[in-house]
Amino acid sequence: MEWEPVIGLEVHVQLRTQSKLFSDAATKYGADPNTQACDVDVALPGVLPVMNVEAARMAVKLGLAIDAAINQRSVFARKNYFYPDLPKGYQISQYELPIVEHGHIDIEIDGDTKRIGVTRAHLEEDAGKSLHEDFHGMTGIDLNRSGTPLIEVVSEPDLRSPQEAVAYLKKLHALVRYLDISDGNMQEGSFRCDANISIRPKGQKEFGTRAELKNINSFRFVERGIIHEIERQIDVLESGGTVVQETRLYDSAKDETRSMRGKEEAHDYRYFPDPDLPPMTIEDAVVEEIRQTLPELPDAKKARFISDYGLSAYDAGVLTASRELADYYEQTVAESGADAKLVANWVAVELAAYLNKHAVELADSPVNATMLGGLVKRIADNTISGKIAKEVFEAMWNGEGDADAVIEKQGLQQITDSSAIEAIVDEVLTNNPAQVEQFRGGQQKLMGFFVGQVMKATQGKANPQQVNQILKAKLG
Amino acid sequence: MHTMSVAELSKALQEKQISSVELTQLYLDRITQQEELNAFITVNAEDAIAQAQAADTRRSKGDTTLFTGIPIAHKDIFCTKGMLTTCGSKMLANFVSPYDATVIERFNDSGAVTLGKTNMDEFAMGSSNETSYFNPVLNPWDRKAVPGGSSGGSAAAVAARLAPVATGTDTGGSIRQPAAFCGITGIKPSYGRVSRYGMIAFASSLDQGGPMTRSAEDAAMMLNVMCGFDPKDSTSLNEAVPDFTATLADPIDGMRIGLPKEYFGAGLNADVARVVDAVIEELKGLGAKLVEVELPNSTLAVPCYYVLAPAEASSNLSRFDGVRYGYRAQDYGDLADMYMKTRAEGFGTEVKRRIMTGTYALSAGYYDAYYLKAQKLRRLIADDFTRAFESCDAILGPTTPTTAFDLGSKTDDPVAMYLNDIYTIPANLAGLPGMSIPAGLGDDGRPVGVQLVGRYFDEARLLNIGHRFQQVTDWHNQIPLDQA
Repeated sequence: MEWEPVIGLEVHVQLRTQSKLFSDAATKYGADPNTQACDVDVALPGVLPVMNVEAARMAVKLGLAIDAAINQRSVFARKNYFYPDLPKGYQISQYELPIVEHGHIDIEIDGDTKRIGVTRAHLEEDAGKSLHEDFHGMTGIDLNRSGTPLIEVVSEPDLRSPQEAVAYLKKLHALVRYLDISDGNMQEGSFRCDANISIRPKGQKEFGTRAELKNINSFRFVERGIIHEIERQIDVLESGGTVVQETRLYDSAKDETRSMRGKEEAHDYRYFPDPDLPPMTIEDAVVEEIRQTLPELPDAKKARFISDYGLSAYDAGVLTASRELADYYEQTVAESGADAKLVANWVAVELAAYLNKHAVELADSPVNATMLGGLVKRIADNTISGKIAKEVFEAMWNGEGDADAVIEKQGLQQITDSSAIEAIVDEVLTNNPAQVEQFRGGQQKLMGFFVGQVMKATQGKANPQQVNQILKAKLG
Repeated sequence: MHTMSVAELSKALQEKQISSVELTQLYLDRITQQEELNAFITVNAEDAIAQAQAADTRRSKGDTTLFTGIPIAHKDIFCTKGMLTTCGSKMLANFVSPYDATVIERFNDSGAVTLGKTNMDEFAMGSSNETSYFNPVLNPWDRKAVPGGSSGGSAAAVAARLAPVATGTDTGGSIRQPAAFCGITGIKPSYGRVSRYGMIAFASSLDQGGPMTRSAEDAAMMLNVMCGFDPKDSTSLNEAVPDFTATLADPIDGMRIGLPKEYFGAGLNADVARVVDAVIEELKGLGAKLVEVELPNSTLAVPCYYVLAPAEASSNLSRFDGVRYGYRAQDYGDLADMYMKTRAEGFGTEVKRRIMTGTYALSAGYYDAYYLKAQKLRRLIADDFTRAFESCDAILGPTTPTTAFDLGSKTDDPVAMYLNDIYTIPANLAGLPGMSIPAGLGDDGRPVGVQLVGRYFDEARLLNIGHRFQQVTDWHNQIPLDQA
């Protein structure tokens, strides 16, 4: 039987506010345990929450970016459960009336655009951390993260494959980075994903029983975890069993999913409106004011790159995947004054390969946009060939200065003097009479051999177009 | 000296008839003499003298407020920095607060001297002060009687003149009912008037701090210190605060006072009814017009309250889990066992009863039938008041159906205990200001209180009526015989 997966994602995005959602404590990552937990975060008797307005503005930004409804009135509710790293014994979240509802995110799958619904996005506070190591059988509690603002983005069950899930997640990740509402750092837990997964026979309308997959905190693990869960459910159903509704954990070390708790162990969270916080109201004028501050978003930027720079949809997609990369690209185009497509190739292929190989973030690249622009400029004005440019790029990466300095120091200027090239061509032809014979006998592909010999003789500095022209003239 | 009003004491301090240190010592001595009343959980003896010295210095420099050097007692529900703050519970019997509640901060800034922390029903859950982990408070008028609750310690302290004034909190009548039982004045301000920051939450949407005093005049002076917007409390209202003393003596000629017939029906003791009638006559004499009003849904206030308040409490009290502060069970197995034993041992019976009730009311499948229905009812009760205030300026009735009952007489019957707050709960549900003033004695010689309920933010009018009444009567000056 052919099975169709049905996937919905719940993504917790940590908002990059200075202070917590309901207190003045700082949200900086990595501080010593419990140094960023104030009276409110520790839930001392008598303390009260006060809403951080900046977090609400960030939620509105996200809502506008995914074309969602911004609810004028939203309500904070208490989600009650006991856990040592949940100091109040409840989490303040939004339940019946979230701040953002009914949005969508468009993803690209095999060149097609697919629209994925976003059911809702609501504000909530994070819990602290339980530290099970280093306490000799006891558990340490770090409340630095307690009260950190999150926005939970819940998709419709519109995703039909692990690839779609990853594409959606990457798009959402790009969005929050574009909007500058989260650092999106997955290692530090700023962007966390849970997946609801079920399968059904292809063509069936009803959904199957779903399992919730937790703890999938990288794009790779999302893909791996979902693939495993789909395979597991297929195995269960095809061997005559039934999928049970449960929460499962993805274990990246063992690359498998395993049961965490079943439906019968599910909490009754006893949600009710938090009486300490009046309903939050957002005036239309404020929404409009926030709308004016929105940056150009990935889809719009991609369309502009295609129309203004003549890029392919693919290249435009790659270059607009992050705001930083897009900015880098545009700056390089401006600096080089060269063909935008040539620049696209240098940014999306050459630079990307170096970043990837050396595991360096774009922001930390030793070759900045000004330097790369300077390099591409020298390709465009024929000072160096594309091949030599790769050597120059490596030298720049290694900190040997900008393109002009490297070219000057290493004497890499292209030979464009026709008489000089002619002399070398003559020499090559004289030294290889057999090949000349064969070429003239019809073996046209030997042209490459001659070009290679000329380039070898000039250490790659001869202008390739001129070499070709002169060789053709002399052999023709 | 110990029978003086705040204004008189302040004048005596200003005219150097007495220093704050002497005055503070006088009250500390009275607290020791009356230890048997058990009005205090913590007496702040040493630090109070230091505060008094600072107040005396401050006065000598001319930087004074009305309260500079005036001793005050605080209900042990308000967090006080560096002092035990127990909330009447074993759960917090060892809890020293690292911060001051906003109300405490305001009194400290004004230069008031903290005598100590008064006894109360555990987590303010009770109407007799008998649920306190620190044992019941005795009513100074009759030591066989309860002082009322939950602010029973504050009421007894002011009634026995162990403190000139005290703070209290009121969720369903916890200021007004003990004020009535102990023959003092107590006012619960409009919801949002007084910051709840640092006031340990029982039911967040109902809790409100307020003054417990001899007279309406003293209460007005305390409210001037206590009220005002607090950015740390999102439910505190950014509403202009008047000088509550400015209108105390205004004539009440022509003022319309509503008498809800629901407050005078079955269940009201005859001796209490007689006192209320006498008050009505006094007010008529002062020119007030009495009109009949209806509060038809108020009869459902008690069941409504006993869904909503426990629901909120069940969540508010979750933080007392033995993890970070307060009581933790000695012997436990796993985490769940630690929670269960800590909470089973740390909370008393009434608190556990309300946590169970509230948890049930919020549970899946019951939420609509209980919590949501009670919320709708709450709206109806508030609407009743809005309608009633179309034809009157304040509402008058008994504070409680009876005078103070005997210790131990209702501890086995929670519902009988809950019915004590039948007249006080509606004002909490509607968020309105309510005040109880002493107005006479019952057949048993125990005090009777009369309640006034006003429009939102109309505390000044209640104080005005109370003050005018107290200008022509003497009930507020009466103190238990053995305290004279």
